[in-house]
Amino acid sequence: MSTFNLTAESPLGVFKQFCEEGKLAYQVTPSGQAVFYPRIVAPQTGETLSWQISKGEGTVYSTSVIHLKGIEPYNIALIDLDEGFRMMSRVEEMPPEKVSIGMRVKMKMSKDKEGRALPVFVQGDSK
Amino acid sequence: MRGLKSASVAIVGAAESDLGLCAPGTSPIDLMAQATLRALEDSGLKISDIDAIFSASTQTRYTTLALKEYLGLEPSYHDNSHIGGASFMTHVAHAMMALEQGLCKVALITYGSTQKSVSRAAASPREYNPYETPYSPFLPAAAYAMAAARHMHQYGTTREHLAQVAVSARQWALKNPIAWEKTPLSIEDALSAKMVSYPLTVRDCCLVSDGGGAILLTVSDRARDLRKKPVYVLGVGEALSHLSISNMPDLTVTAATRSGPLAFNMAKLGVKDVDVALLYDAFSINTILFLEDLGFCPKGEGGRFVQGGAISPGGSCPVNTNGGGLSYCHPGMYGLMLLIEATRQIRGECGDRQIGGCEVALAHGNGGVLSSQATVILGAQP
Repeated sequence: MSTFNLTAESPLGVFKQFCEEGKLAYQVTPSGQAVFYPRIVAPQTGETLSWQISKGEGTVYSTSVIHLKGIEPYNIALIDLDEGFRMMSRVEEMPPEKVSIGMRVKMKMSKDKEGRALPVFVQGDSK
Repeated sequence: MRGLKSASVAIVGAAESDLGLCAPGTSPIDLMAQATLRALEDSGLKISDIDAIFSASTQTRYTTLALKEYLGLEPSYHDNSHIGGASFMTHVAHAMMALEQGLCKVALITYGSTQKSVSRAAASPREYNPYETPYSPFLPAAAYAMAAARHMHQYGTTREHLAQVAVSARQWALKNPIAWEKTPLSIEDALSAKMVSYPLTVRDCCLVSDGGGAILLTVSDRARDLRKKPVYVLGVGEALSHLSISNMPDLTVTAATRSGPLAFNMAKLGVKDVDVALLYDAFSINTILFLEDLGFCPKGEGGRFVQGGAISPGGSCPVNTNGGGLSYCHPGMYGLMLLIEATRQIRGECGDRQIGGCEVALAHGNGGVLSSQATVILGAQP
């Protein structure tokens, strides 16, 4: 049984609130399996999920540089966080083509076009 | 798939609509209606014979209702299942079920798109994903680019291997009079083309076309009395993986590893029996992934497999003889066009690009961002 009360809060709403506090949140199952994106119950089991805060350290799983007319090429990447979940993000503060698979990265809370908190990544310390 | 009977049904009509760039005002349903009438002519059936509609579209949400209205159909069965470009392979499986169960007698599967006329953004607006859209990922290209980057990292696949897929497709397209691309393409041309999403250049990405198609199916006993030689549905398999690329477990392994065996087991055939493979090449990496995942070569060897022209005209493993989504036509969701080419290869109607003695053709559909995979095996004999 999910304990989520969707008339009071949503998985996305909670996630975004954590982001505004500078925290990258994810969920875990009772047995400690990481779940991302946030949802109201664990996939496959339907178990209740609890929120955790990631250390924000991870590895680039894959990466691309997007070339669109009229704007500078930019990075897009899939990041494997050390806690065991994957998310899409961007690696910033370096040339986008220098971002490589296997590179260590750490989360930095940035802002989206509307000024809301958005987790991005920068190069991190080697493991 | 279990529960379905190999060769219980056959494709008895197949046709494209007009392709390329349509006149202003053309609707997706105009294209579907045109293709349907051509498929009926191909089969010798009439509009009033159609009693089941299978379709999916990004431009007209209630596609089966639109077709019912436009063509004045009276369907006893219909299916608007939508899993992206592989929808039409799924429709073959679902039509087979409906025909076997006697829920209908003649099934129409059709598709049309005006995405070149009205723009991709208008024809196929992306749903907002709060965990992806804020990063402006330029989907679907960037998803396939990240699959390609990962494949290169893990298996030593190169941009030249990807370019070879585009070159082979172009060589086939030059043998297909209705293919969009009319000029030769070299590896160097493909590598030096405009970068879209690294490592994919514009030549690694499918065309944006208007167009559509239609196929008609009926039970095999009736198929034998119609105008053309029946093309039997020997095996079908479908597999769902994920919706968003962030949730694909391994970007180098697709759910074709599940849909392929389902289809092959049902057909009681193996890859060695396949005379021509039509593999959904929305991007060059797709062909490499599906060659591996369907068993034409070992995992990781797809790049080296295509190097040297194995999938080109005259090669050991003919793939995408129509020129593919890369060089023939790609109207947004492309799966039906693969079934049309597979049908024509079995019938021996492909002119300069005909594979000699083609008895078994495999058409593999892909949808979303490597999200859905569906495989259909067609044969000349039941």
